[in-house]
Amino acid sequence: MLDYETLKLIWWALIVLLMLGFALTGGWDLGVATLLPWMGRTDDERRVVINTIGPTWEGNQTWLITFGAALFAAWPLVYAAAFSVLYVALIFTLFALFLRPVGFDYRSKLPDPRWRGAWDWGLFVGGMFPALVFGVAIGNLFLGLPFRYDDTLRVSYHGGFLGLFSGFTVLTGVLAVAMLALHGAAFLYLRSDARVAERARRAIVIAGGITAALFTLLGVWVQSLQGFGIASIADVNGVVTPLQKEVVRGAGLWLANYRALPQLWFVPVAGMLLPLLAGFAAWLRWRWAALAATSGSVIAIIVTAGIALFPFVLPSSIDPVSSLTAWDAVSSQKTLTLMLAVVAIFVPLIALYTSWVYRVMRGTVTVEQIQRETHTSY
Amino acid sequence: MLPALEVVELSRLQFGLTAMFHFLFVPLTLGLSWILVICESVYVMTGREVYKDMTRFWGKLFGINFAMGVTTGMTLEFQFGTNWAYYSHYVGDIFGVPLAIEGLMAFFLESTFVGLFFFGWNRLSKVQHLGVTFLVALGSNLSALWILIANGWMQNPVGAEFNYQTMRMELVSIAEVIFNPVAQAKFVHTLAAGYVAASMFVLGVSAWYLLKARDTGFALRSFAVAAGFGLASVCSVIVLGDESGYTTGEVQKVKLAAIEAEWETHPAPAAITAFGLPNQAEERTDYAVRIPYVLGLIATRSVDQPVIGIKALRREHEARIRSGMLAYEALVALRAGNPSEDMQRQFERHKADLGFGLLLKKYTPNVVDATPAQIKSAANDTIPRVAPLFWSFRVMVGLGILFLFIFATSFWFLARKNLAPQRWLLKLAVVAIPLPWVAIMAGWFVAEYGRQPWTISGVLPTFLSASAVDAGQVWFSLIGLMTMYVLLFAIEMYLMLKYIRLGPSSLHTGRYFRETGPETHSALVAQTSAS
Repeated sequence: MLDYETLKLIWWALIVLLMLGFALTGGWDLGVATLLPWMGRTDDERRVVINTIGPTWEGNQTWLITFGAALFAAWPLVYAAAFSVLYVALIFTLFALFLRPVGFDYRSKLPDPRWRGAWDWGLFVGGMFPALVFGVAIGNLFLGLPFRYDDTLRVSYHGGFLGLFSGFTVLTGVLAVAMLALHGAAFLYLRSDARVAERARRAIVIAGGITAALFTLLGVWVQSLQGFGIASIADVNGVVTPLQKEVVRGAGLWLANYRALPQLWFVPVAGMLLPLLAGFAAWLRWRWAALAATSGSVIAIIVTAGIALFPFVLPSSIDPVSSLTAWDAVSSQKTLTLMLAVVAIFVPLIALYTSWVYRVMRGTVTVEQIQRETHTSY
Repeated sequence: MLPALEVVELSRLQFGLTAMFHFLFVPLTLGLSWILVICESVYVMTGREVYKDMTRFWGKLFGINFAMGVTTGMTLEFQFGTNWAYYSHYVGDIFGVPLAIEGLMAFFLESTFVGLFFFGWNRLSKVQHLGVTFLVALGSNLSALWILIANGWMQNPVGAEFNYQTMRMELVSIAEVIFNPVAQAKFVHTLAAGYVAASMFVLGVSAWYLLKARDTGFALRSFAVAAGFGLASVCSVIVLGDESGYTTGEVQKVKLAAIEAEWETHPAPAAITAFGLPNQAEERTDYAVRIPYVLGLIATRSVDQPVIGIKALRREHEARIRSGMLAYEALVALRAGNPSEDMQRQFERHKADLGFGLLLKKYTPNVVDATPAQIKSAANDTIPRVAPLFWSFRVMVGLGILFLFIFATSFWFLARKNLAPQRWLLKLAVVAIPLPWVAIMAGWFVAEYGRQPWTISGVLPTFLSASAVDAGQVWFSLIGLMTMYVLLFAIEMYLMLKYIRLGPSSLHTGRYFRETGPETHSALVAQTSAS
């Protein structure tokens, strides 16, 4: 059996991995849906856009569901605190997510243009809004959220919904939307042709520029934020609960990990360059290279944030000691071991059959195909 | 700071409504997926197109329903965190495990292949596509397994232990959690109930086509599949009722006593109260009609074990509350950093009753200073209102018997090739379409309302489980969720009814009602009913 400290570290990586699983695959669907109003001018073109992701979006969204459930099992304190602290924001996100399963399945079941127009809006909101909220939420981690624990480890929240929005967090939200739009555009470029593909190509160039610029700007901004650091903590190889540590705050602390291990600068530099590279590849019409570059962008940008925050997961702005970290927000050693085995078996299996499904559904979706299969397509 | 009572009550209402809403769609997914497998298997084996059309048409309805199942399922996963944060903290170490396994093992399978079910017809070989359909069915059913393991643990929390350092329950044995008898009984019962609902759906819709004399070949074959599958399923629902899971676990015993309105412990073997009017105030059942032996046989599978009555259970609970006060006293000392040997021993001896001690938090924040009157009130809280449980259970069982009758007679007349003249039966099948859902809701009501005042039986009271959020926030989510749900449900029903009315002609194969001229249509009818 692995020792507790190693397990905690592995689980930090696994949570990041599951988040990447969603951002990389579900990110296509959120991004494509966000771009839907601009990518398709006619109903047939919009159906092309929707059908590029139609057969696979459901499985991709399961990464999000699994991410949530894995939080519940491995980081129950984070799951409990994050979901109740972000109550209103998450309920709004839920409303937006509601529009997706029904939007995909119901839209083309009736020919009425008003019906289809309404679902196009639904799909747009269902794609754009969750991306925005996830970005705003991650931005708030850098500022800390106003919550604290009492002595029975009951979490309480002392802020409002609107308090989540500030200059910094709105920008992280926009960055998330731009990044996923970039990634979605690359997928659409690969899987469509003619006018739709040409629009997707332009979208890669534009979104790539916005993503790189915002990411760089936020990187500069983060240096002046009051970061968090651990001054002392109980033995992390044993049972630790929040409140058993001392936390310091100071400008630039979010970059402490990068200063300690300068090789890590490679990650944010990749996050700045790859979106531009994706635009360049699109300009050259290298479809696969563009997709590889946007995938790399998503990974680099998310991992950059993860490294900066580590070991913090959910910092508290009003009571820094209550902050949750990878050391003290975890399940018991037994549960972490068990769940590690489950993940080690099933994630490769999922990757295997998911790629088979993508192989079966490969190829471009065209307007002619939609017209031919008008009764079976989304 | 404990959550306000209003927040607890609103969160309960929200969870109950959203869970029941979700379960409008789940049973059809569970059962219809196997009906698709059956139809498609026949298609693959015989190569007859009508079975492919059946797979695709019922598959279309499956898809309309599936989208709502996914939509409403997300809410439940979010809600444990948003509304039940202390619950999530307190039991996430165990409860989160089956939920995460469900995602990785089952939901992924189901949702990755469901797209291929709809879009893979021209890209896969026949056998490959059948394999995909099978994996969708397997995924959805496995999904139910893990969810019911999680739910079974709430009813009978085995394989876990309280850790005073982390202030939560922690996993001791995953095998005990998985093979929890309550979970296993629930799994079989819930699954079979889903199959009954789906069979009744296909049976009723097919009966409607038969009554209208349209697409009779298609309808008759669908009717036959549903009658066979439904008959097998309704038998297992009745024989494998989940009463066998009612003897272990504290809350299960209370539920059993309430379902049967057993105020007193009767000597074994217990009689069942077939009918009566439970009188909570005087703690007796008026006008009771009792059938000897039967309850003992059902509940304990024996003739020599008694079924414990409500009054005896409450006395037991009062003793456990007193023991829980000692556990709580020791817990406070241990957490304050006083792990003296006496206190540790006291904690070890009484910690199994800690949950009962926590019931007193409603009356006195310090627990240890509870008055005898407060202890009595807390003991009273452990007994649910009997009448709602008594009646819901009887509604469920009564409907189950009706379903047995419908499926058995359908099967009988089909076997005798004499179905068409039985218009009364066809009409009954149409009218009965919504009834499995009524039975299922009644069953879940017994299971979950009967679990009160606990979220985790004997471990964590409901009023402690909620998040410390504002009532205003919960009002917002409750109203918002219900508005969205009602709207989406109306749209779903509209599409469902529209496609049922279109029937297999919605496949645009050119072979069905409305697509064929009157002559070819009746020729087709003659041809298919002859075969």
